[in-house]
Amino acid sequence: MTDTMTAAGRRTNLRLWRGARKAGFPTLVLLLGPALVLFTVFVVIPVAQAAVYSLYRWNGLGPLSTFRGLQNFAALARDTIFQKALWHNILIVIVSLVIEIPLALGVALIIGRSNFKLAVFFRTFFFMPYVLSEVITGILWQFIYHPQYGLIHSIAALLSPTSPAPVLLGNPRITLWAIMVVIIWKYFGFHMTILIAGLQDIPVELQEAARIDGASSGQVFRHVTLPLLRTTLQISMFFSIIGSFQVFDVVWAMGKGDPVNAAETMVTYLYKFGIQRFQIGYGSSVALTIFVICLAFSILYRKLVMREER
Amino acid sequence: MRVMAESRRRLVSSVFLYAACSVVTLIVVVPLYISILGGFKTMGQLVTQPMNIPLPLMASQYTDLLVGKVGFYWRALVNSSLVAALSVFFELALCACSAFALARLHFRLSSAIYNYFLLGLLFPLAVAVLPLYIQLRGLHLLDRYLGVVLPQVAFQIPLQVLLLRGFFKAIPTELEDASEIDGYGPLGFLWYMVLPLSTPILATSGVLTLVYSWNNFFLPLLVFNSEARFTLPMGVMAFQGVYASDWNLILGYLSLAMVPAIMIFVFAQKYIVAGLTGGAVKG
Repeated sequence: MTDTMTAAGRRTNLRLWRGARKAGFPTLVLLLGPALVLFTVFVVIPVAQAAVYSLYRWNGLGPLSTFRGLQNFAALARDTIFQKALWHNILIVIVSLVIEIPLALGVALIIGRSNFKLAVFFRTFFFMPYVLSEVITGILWQFIYHPQYGLIHSIAALLSPTSPAPVLLGNPRITLWAIMVVIIWKYFGFHMTILIAGLQDIPVELQEAARIDGASSGQVFRHVTLPLLRTTLQISMFFSIIGSFQVFDVVWAMGKGDPVNAAETMVTYLYKFGIQRFQIGYGSSVALTIFVICLAFSILYRKLVMREER
Repeated sequence: MRVMAESRRRLVSSVFLYAACSVVTLIVVVPLYISILGGFKTMGQLVTQPMNIPLPLMASQYTDLLVGKVGFYWRALVNSSLVAALSVFFELALCACSAFALARLHFRLSSAIYNYFLLGLLFPLAVAVLPLYIQLRGLHLLDRYLGVVLPQVAFQIPLQVLLLRGFFKAIPTELEDASEIDGYGPLGFLWYMVLPLSTPILATSGVLTLVYSWNNFFLPLLVFNSEARFTLPMGVMAFQGVYASDWNLILGYLSLAMVPAIMIFVFAQKYIVAGLTGGAVKG
């Protein structure tokens, strides 16, 4: 059918505008060319270059000449600040999984209930921090945490008027945890939104049927809702973990990973060594390490966690 | 009796749930409230009346910021808007065209090219950032709007092509036949049928890019070094650096910087949610 039609089209009109489905080469170039060029130049080539640069000592000027093999990676693995940064990323992952996602799930379960009035109202507020920039959020919380002017000062004064307010961001033992509060504040609504969408895909009849069979609400949650929500939950966790490995803006806005690297993450480390000190080779080895960690994690996650559904 | 006990139990549990939600709402809203009011306070009031509405309102911080006596609010707002508008424009143009080709046209490399784009989902921006800097330097794009716009769009391509292609694929073949009978080729079909039918998904895609661009910090930090180019997040950072301890002024700037984002949120929440859940749940 199509063939005769396109043939007719071709006969009556020679412009390349004609002839649907079997598009001519020029049409394809016109449609796909710009995106392919942009994607190749600004995404694929730089990633490939990072892999090459990571094998050299290079300051970004002149030719690539000092080949170092895997020495950049060896130096990186020995560097205690990088080890710290990696550990911080892992901590952020753990906190996201143990606090952020359960919080989001709890809120989603409350708001997702069909008989919950004001759901739209609460949902809007919980989701709102997601659209604020991380930098703005970070600086806002710097004020909240400010020991002299911030909310923390007022709360401390209320609880115990005599002792001074705690220093949160200036204290290396607390900084990272204080930043994690901000991350949860900003992102739990995002996960809640995804989970609510997943909850809405679960047929209400199933939960009702279980309830008629005499299941308590705890049992309904454990044996009906949770298993059906698993895919959504896994996706939410995936986003959370990948995001946790790439944290930068909020840390940068709340003290650039200092004091004494207390909140250093892999990407702030990359920025400090790669851009600020202009060690493109060494920095690229950091970048590649981050990439490999994320990639390995994605593959493992798909193999181990997502495999069960089928 | 059982009915009464049951309804009392329900009442207690729903009171508890509302209370829990209200507490979370407070935790979300109080920082924003403090910021906006903080911009109206003196430094002393920040400490003595942390939660109160200050009387009389001291508007001088906001007016100073708005008339440009301190900081570069409007400049940063214009920069952010310009970068965002260009990014949304390029993203929609490029991704709609390629998603259409990959969804509706038959050619040999179709699935290979689609997979090539999807590869990009694995690359975080941070991985490419150093070579990207060298690349942009070579192309003389450092400290130019396009230096942020083009890489930003490039990194959005995988996700947006995925999103749009799924939608374009679902458009019924009958419409394609109809447009063919009317004498339109693939480009005519795209322009007169697919795009008008796809406004919701195009809006979603555009809004996602808008939010991404508006909040992006890493790339502008890398590319822009003159203050005349700073976007809002960079402007806020720089401003805090200059007015280190004038927190009422900083809060004023913060609040003004939040206004556009909150407005985007209010008007486009539907599309943001659709884009995130559509991409997340179905992808």
